[in-house]
Amino acid sequence: MATEPIGRPSPGTAPRSTLDGALRLLDYWTTAYRRTWKGSAVSSFVVPLLYVLAMGVLLGGFVEADPATLEGATSYLAFVVPGMVAAQSMTTVFGEVTYPVMGMVKWHKTYYAMTAGPLAVPHVVLAHLGFVAFRVAVTAAVFLAVVTPFGVHESWWGVLLAFPAQVLIGLAFAAPIYAFSAGLKDESAFALVFRLGMIPLFLFSGAFFPVANLDQPLETLAVLTPLWHGVDLTRMLTLGTLEAGPALVHVAYLGGLVVLGWWWALRRLERRMVV
Amino acid sequence: MTLSEPGSMIHAADLRKSFGGFEAVRGIDVDVRPGEAFGFLGPNGAGKSSTMRMVAAVSPVSGGTLRILGMDPATDGPAIRARIGVCPQEDTLDTELTVWENLFVYGRYFGLPKAEVREKVEELLEFVQLTDKAKAMVDDLSGGMKRRLTIARSLVNSPELLLLDEPTTGLDPQARHVVWDRLFRLKQQGVTLVLTTHYMDEAEQLTDRLVVMDKGLIVAEGSPLALIAEHSTREVAELRFPVAAEGGTHEPLAESVADLAERVEVLPDRLLLYTHDGEETMAKVHERGLEPIATLVRRSTLEDVFLRLTGRTLVD
Repeated sequence: MATEPIGRPSPGTAPRSTLDGALRLLDYWTTAYRRTWKGSAVSSFVVPLLYVLAMGVLLGGFVEADPATLEGATSYLAFVVPGMVAAQSMTTVFGEVTYPVMGMVKWHKTYYAMTAGPLAVPHVVLAHLGFVAFRVAVTAAVFLAVVTPFGVHESWWGVLLAFPAQVLIGLAFAAPIYAFSAGLKDESAFALVFRLGMIPLFLFSGAFFPVANLDQPLETLAVLTPLWHGVDLTRMLTLGTLEAGPALVHVAYLGGLVVLGWWWALRRLERRMVV
Repeated sequence: MTLSEPGSMIHAADLRKSFGGFEAVRGIDVDVRPGEAFGFLGPNGAGKSSTMRMVAAVSPVSGGTLRILGMDPATDGPAIRARIGVCPQEDTLDTELTVWENLFVYGRYFGLPKAEVREKVEELLEFVQLTDKAKAMVDDLSGGMKRRLTIARSLVNSPELLLLDEPTTGLDPQARHVVWDRLFRLKQQGVTLVLTTHYMDEAEQLTDRLVVMDKGLIVAEGSPLALIAEHSTREVAELRFPVAAEGGTHEPLAESVADLAERVEVLPDRLLLYTHDGEETMAKVHERGLEPIATLVRRSTLEDVFLRLTGRTLVD
């Protein structure tokens, strides 16, 4: 005896494009984010405030410097805020594309479930990086808003441009680190990534002091780091000292990292999952 | 010209899979017809899962031909995966989401509209008897419930072909029967089932036709009954003895009863006497003065077929 088929047949379809496929993962990411956003929301509001108070207001109170030595900032607070905004865009990303990526590919096999249907590796990577971009956008928006009452923004348009710049900085770190994590067999390497990668970048890429204070060749080294490009871009925008040439170099450098990281991420994850 | 039999759900010819220098699948021919329940039976490492991953269009073919729903997985992977259902051996459920959310987000991967997925989720929860668990977190479910949820998830796109890799491995007997019951119903609805198992009772219960795999090759093919008729006797008389001493075997015992059966298999703790009338054989064994610690007369199973074909047991 035949029983009724389950519901009306609704066969799936292959995605029309990489974007179409990635958008099919939107409900996964919003559902997952609804479970975790409270913890990250509190920290993304409180942490910037603590940094601004400690480094900008209290420590900055001891810094009496000519604006010329502070890359045009009229106070240490105004100098350090864009540095910290850019640095936070980086640190947010390190948290999002290390252990969580390993979790989804190795521990929880979430990616295998996502690609059992019509979706494939490019959709999964684009959706995950899209979520990271969203996280960076939220934390940067909160940070830029929280510091507004301190009078550190020279112009409204500078702040408006500093916001998308944070997403670019975030993705410039996210794509290559994602690629690294996607192929990693063992999570112990992450400790090194944080200690020898993130923390030195955070401290020495010009967020807290002008890189000109470093002796050669350290200054050159600092100027070559992606975070310095991000810090300088953000600082030019919030201080209103924008120069087209250097700004374009920053954008091209960071954009290049996004493209290279994307290519490497697809390669590494496909090599891992499609066997 | 198409190589595929018309209407074949799966067509494989000389299908191969290698990992580096290791060949996991060494040239198999398979055709699965619409509506049938087809099984791959074999021990761990026989190449069943590698075959299933190629059929699921997630693992590239190393050699030979493979067509799924008439399509080539090398070029039409997404279109194939959009129309099949996959229940993997390892649960890949999202433990941070609820039962309902797991089904909903998965349905969205297939490009189905939200309203349609919501409707489908309710029906599927009903089908796998998890409606009252809709809001539970996956972590709080029993093993059997998780497996039913995975089966429900694999049905979200109303697949024509459902692939199940070891669907009841690790479940207790009661949970296994619940899963079997659900799979029977799907079969009645016309869904083509393809499953791997190393449980001979599961293969006997669920499949119309199966292939026995060993070391990457198909060693026999047919219905469970036909395979038993072809490769074994009607009944088996089992004689249990203390486990043979290190270096020793029960071979001498086997020789003493060899003429009482068509065939005798020697296992470390047992002799299996293949015969048409188990009780009669058992009586003669006792007449000869053998004193096994336990005896059992039973019907032949696929386990016996496997033992005959490979000289090894399925579950070791």
